Amino acid sequence: MRSFVFPEFQIIRDEEKCGQCRACERHCSFGVHTYDPVADRLVSDERKCAGCQRCAVFCPKGAIIVRPSPSYYRPNASWSREKIEDLKRQAETGGVLLTGCGSDKPFRIYWDHIVLNASQVTNPSIDPLREPMELRTFLGRKPDLMEIAAEDGDIEIKTELSPNLVVETPILFSAMSYGAISYNAFRSLATAACRSKTYFNTGEGGLPREMRDEFGRCAIVQVASGRFGIDAEYLNCAQAVEIKVGQGAKPGIGGHLPGEKVSASVAETRMIPPGTDAISPAPHHDIYSIEDLAMLISALKEATNYEKPISVKIAAVHNFAAIATGIVHAGADIIAIDGLRGGTGAAPKAIRDNVGIPTELAISSLDRRLRDEGIRNRCSIITAGGIRCSADVVKAIALGADAVYIGSAALIAMGCTLCQKCYTGKCNWGICTQDPRLSGRLNVDIASARLTNLISAWSHEIREMLGGMGINALESLRGNRDHLRGIGLYEWELDVLGIKGAGE
Amino acid sequence: MARAVTSEPGIFGARQYYQNVEIPSIDARGLETRELNDQLRELMLSGGKRVQITNVCGQRYIGTRLYTPEHLEMEIEIFGTPGNDLAAFLYGHHKITVHGNAQDGVGNTMDDGEVVIDGRAGDVLGFSMRGGEIYVREGCGYRTALHMKEYDGKRPVLVVGGTSQDFLGEYMAGGIVIILDMEVQSHKANFIGTGMHGGVIYLRGDVDQSQVGDQVEISPVDEADRTVLDDYVSRFLERFPEVEKRKYEILNSQFVKLAPRSKRPYSDLYAY
Repeated sequence: MRSFVFPEFQIIRDEEKCGQCRACERHCSFGVHTYDPVADRLVSDERKCAGCQRCAVFCPKGAIIVRPSPSYYRPNASWSREKIEDLKRQAETGGVLLTGCGSDKPFRIYWDHIVLNASQVTNPSIDPLREPMELRTFLGRKPDLMEIAAEDGDIEIKTELSPNLVVETPILFSAMSYGAISYNAFRSLATAACRSKTYFNTGEGGLPREMRDEFGRCAIVQVASGRFGIDAEYLNCAQAVEIKVGQGAKPGIGGHLPGEKVSASVAETRMIPPGTDAISPAPHHDIYSIEDLAMLISALKEATNYEKPISVKIAAVHNFAAIATGIVHAGADIIAIDGLRGGTGAAPKAIRDNVGIPTELAISSLDRRLRDEGIRNRCSIITAGGIRCSADVVKAIALGADAVYIGSAALIAMGCTLCQKCYTGKCNWGICTQDPRLSGRLNVDIASARLTNLISAWSHEIREMLGGMGINALESLRGNRDHLRGIGLYEWELDVLGIKGAGE
Repeated sequence: MARAVTSEPGIFGARQYYQNVEIPSIDARGLETRELNDQLRELMLSGGKRVQITNVCGQRYIGTRLYTPEHLEMEIEIFGTPGNDLAAFLYGHHKITVHGNAQDGVGNTMDDGEVVIDGRAGDVLGFSMRGGEIYVREGCGYRTALHMKEYDGKRPVLVVGGTSQDFLGEYMAGGIVIILDMEVQSHKANFIGTGMHGGVIYLRGDVDQSQVGDQVEISPVDEADRTVLDDYVSRFLERFPEVEKRKYEILNSQFVKLAPRSKRPYSDLYAY
């Protein structure tokens, strides 16, 4: 059937600059560029273009510009170009619209409506270049009371402490599975996490055996509804186990890793036959209640000899704060909360763009709810879904998070341009693909260095912002909403966030 | 309560050996789950290879904490009724025998080893199991063998002497399930194998197309299937001497085979 959708992107090639080197042709997995030997020039099929900018970046002459197509339908406030084209695609295929990455819809981004405080005259600011600044964070259950005994100046803790994760900076890599992303991307995240003294999350696709010894010490392993790649060794080699209940990009639904991405090595790691669809059902079929969740948490604590904190990841939805208190009572040591703008390798567009709530509002409600119930100490909160810069991290912590997960930000550090075609498996940047020709483009040394640089840069900025507020330990900022003010927000939004308006 | 030790068949001609050696036992009366599993792990770490646990009453996760990097192995006999998630995440060649009924979640995400239940099992039996073998003498509850899976040489096996209730083999991705219906109550379960994309279910007797999911194909068993059935049904019967005399009758009965139509049931769901 002929498609009535016109190209999303326009490709402009400067024929004067173009040297017919055919680099663009080699770089594009979507097959946009081809060489016409008769005319000795390159031609482009714009219909195939994903707008990932690989050709523009790698053209040695800088001869290519890729930009959104200037063609438009008759302007219509109700029927935007996207709505018309999505509808046409469905009329042509009869299928569910798939997409990748986090929602690109213009929901209010609260980070951009919150400003931070700084010291002036009284309570002087602290210079992080001269003074020690404490970013170290402990993630896990803290005791209700701590009994100590002092003897000859030595202090001994009498209370039995729960296992905690120690991170040197409050930024962890969010769950991205091997299978969704390439081996090189996965290994780059692991390498950078170990180097930055933080953690990466394996996602639900297992942890390749040869990586367990080296990277287990900085791994959080996931147990999701598909239960892929899980054995006792996998659980025990890591430092924490995360039960994935929900994901911000697709709350309430499961996932299908299409058979074409289940290569021999992905199959081995997930422990399923190559080429089959890896289906994660929507619910865990052994969890239909908080009591059932408590059972899986306990089973995982048993399986890991009570040595690892257990995290439960849920998507931020309407009544999630009440559910989260149930999760704490069920024995979770960490709650990971993923908001509306959280990323994904593949999700139905209808779900990604319409289900869930923004993470900023979620953190604040969750922190307040747990404090109101007097159980905030019993779990740590890791927030995810839309963290773009160090200031977002600082604001998240001041709203009540203990640490943040970054997913999209980490992928962008490795080269991702958020073209949203992750589900095709044709990622030109070698990140979201299992094609060895494409994944080979991502060099683990370079990608891990880029990630390490990112963590280092953000950590410096966090220290600067903390110092500016006259604070020398991240612990003092946690849930400290006095350091935040809102701009351009309605009263209800300020109430949910628990902050005052600017100038108040 | 414990069965006489001398009647126990042993491994490596161990019957003689065990006659003179007392099998360590744990009295579970009044023990919390964690206390029982502490004792079990301690026993294993101190070199115990065999144990009898008596007066078990609802303690959960028995066998779950038996992973060690050295892959120590244990034979565990349970007298009483173990609680939920028996043998959950079981790893290595442990063998667990229950003289009684089991509750929900037996063999949850089990990786290897063997579980024998001389009674019935509850719901979610063999959920996401990826290796090892489970034999249940009587029937089992809802959601049996959900999302069981296999890889390479690792192929889980579940044999149930009675029947299963609804949702048997949903999303099944691998492994072998055999339902013997020894009491000939006929299979009443519905929604069998919805979303199935791997593995095989053998049912003794017959099943109607309306009871199985769209993704499942029902076919008669062939010679290769008979070999698989002979093998695992024999193993099942060896474990329950009281029903072993029915071997000939059972193996010669009619069986049907349920297998997935495709290993990619949802490949046409999306617009690309």
